[in-house]
Amino acid sequence: MTQLSRRKLMVNGVTIAAGASALGVAARLAQKYGLIAPDHGGLYGPGKTLTYASLRLLTRHSLAREFSKNKISKRPFPNEVGPFSEEFKRHQSEGFANWRLTVDGLVDKPSVFSVSQLKSYPSRSQVTELVCEEGWSYIAEWNGVALSHILDLVGTHSQAKYLVYYSIEPDWWESMDLADAMHPQTFVTYGMNGDDLPVGNGGPIRIRLPRQLGYKSVKFINRLTVTDDLKKFGKGLGSASPEGGYAWYAGI
Amino acid sequence: MPTLGSAQEPVETSIPASMPEAAAPAISERHSLLVRVTHWMTTLCFLALLVSGSEIVLSHPRFYWGESGNVLTEPLFKLPTPSSRRLVPTGYGYVLPDQNGWSRALHFQSAWLLVLTGLLYVASGLLRGHFGKNLLPKRSDLSQQSFARVIAHHLHLTPADESDAWTYNVLQRLTYLFVIFVLFPLVIWTGMAMSPAFDSAIPATVTLLGGRQSARTIHFFVSLALVLFMLSHIMLVWLAGFRERMRAMITGRVQGKERL
Repeated sequence: MTQLSRRKLMVNGVTIAAGASALGVAARLAQKYGLIAPDHGGLYGPGKTLTYASLRLLTRHSLAREFSKNKISKRPFPNEVGPFSEEFKRHQSEGFANWRLTVDGLVDKPSVFSVSQLKSYPSRSQVTELVCEEGWSYIAEWNGVALSHILDLVGTHSQAKYLVYYSIEPDWWESMDLADAMHPQTFVTYGMNGDDLPVGNGGPIRIRLPRQLGYKSVKFINRLTVTDDLKKFGKGLGSASPEGGYAWYAGI
Repeated sequence: MPTLGSAQEPVETSIPASMPEAAAPAISERHSLLVRVTHWMTTLCFLALLVSGSEIVLSHPRFYWGESGNVLTEPLFKLPTPSSRRLVPTGYGYVLPDQNGWSRALHFQSAWLLVLTGLLYVASGLLRGHFGKNLLPKRSDLSQQSFARVIAHHLHLTPADESDAWTYNVLQRLTYLFVIFVLFPLVIWTGMAMSPAFDSAIPATVTLLGGRQSARTIHFFVSLALVLFMLSHIMLVWLAGFRERMRAMITGRVQGKERL
């Protein structure tokens, strides 16, 4: 073995070791700062991880684009839902008077809210676009209460990291990180264009998460759970979407 | 480096004289290793993006202009295909299965790999003078006569002569530059403009294009342009001598020939 090839070997070895430990350090840091999505495993894990980590960093303080009221779509598209469960139909026949939103998990005061209670809190509105992963979109004015207001009312524990939210319809649940849950544009939405939120668009209440695609804005929500670990829910991938092959983080 | 090895030892001898390669005539490379690796990485990513992109478009084969659009809006145009969503009116009596989950995952993962490959290619190309040396047309090639000659060659399907194995003609150079510095950046830009998160951070990404539906429509047409480029690229490689050109882009060598 000549001097040169020994040197090359050493340089290569050091490079590989440095590269591996840099990756290791990056993974540690990413974990520490919550940049690893719960569905980071599998064949498409690298792409999902890069997307979530980079967009989470890029959108730390960003606001979804808001539009002037004259940009509101004349016919907001009510995407396919249902057939509705008997339970939902009963609530619908009661005018949603008995609809309840339960908030539990890592909170000081587990609570239950009616729709009229939600409406009694400071009302917020945003004119934002609902963007579907399929490609279509519409703009509406969304009226509701900031999710952060609800979370402040119940008091989240310091180790809280994620919010899991459920539709009354079976197998329809999602989750978001706390950065999104506390974001000023994330709403528990009860109105659209100044009226009650139509059932076709998610009424009586739905989540609005305008910096992500429409499937994260779950319709007909009746439960919020604050947690520190998404592994405890479903198959441990974060929400129902990854179980069906869709990314947990839907910023793109 | 004075301290490594003894003073007599020729430090820079990388190939021992006994190896047969040293005796063979040195054939310089047609394509550098970096160009070859990034070329095939790009090919792989582009095909993955094409398949997954075509699949995604089937969930809404309608295009709009401006900010928003959906099945209740008049489209700019529709693709004459069935759809994977029941509520999209297509005129077909059936609905395709939903494949968007893996398609979207593959699309974005390939996009990441393509962007990183592209950055590596452009950065090294700038550092090593690849663009100036191999892709920028020479001043003399930009004359009318020169263009006329190359176009006539193409129209008559004149077989490529030997010197063409070592260089690009003026049309080729301009096309490659257009693909690398216009079409690819545009397809990446319009793709990112469809991300609600990216738009929240940098709204100009989408507002400069006139809205997200405009971005989606431009994304579609630029992809189409890239597909047309790919097809004509393959056809011209075929006409110029498929085996010879493939060998050059895989091994870097032009068989048995010295650089002219």
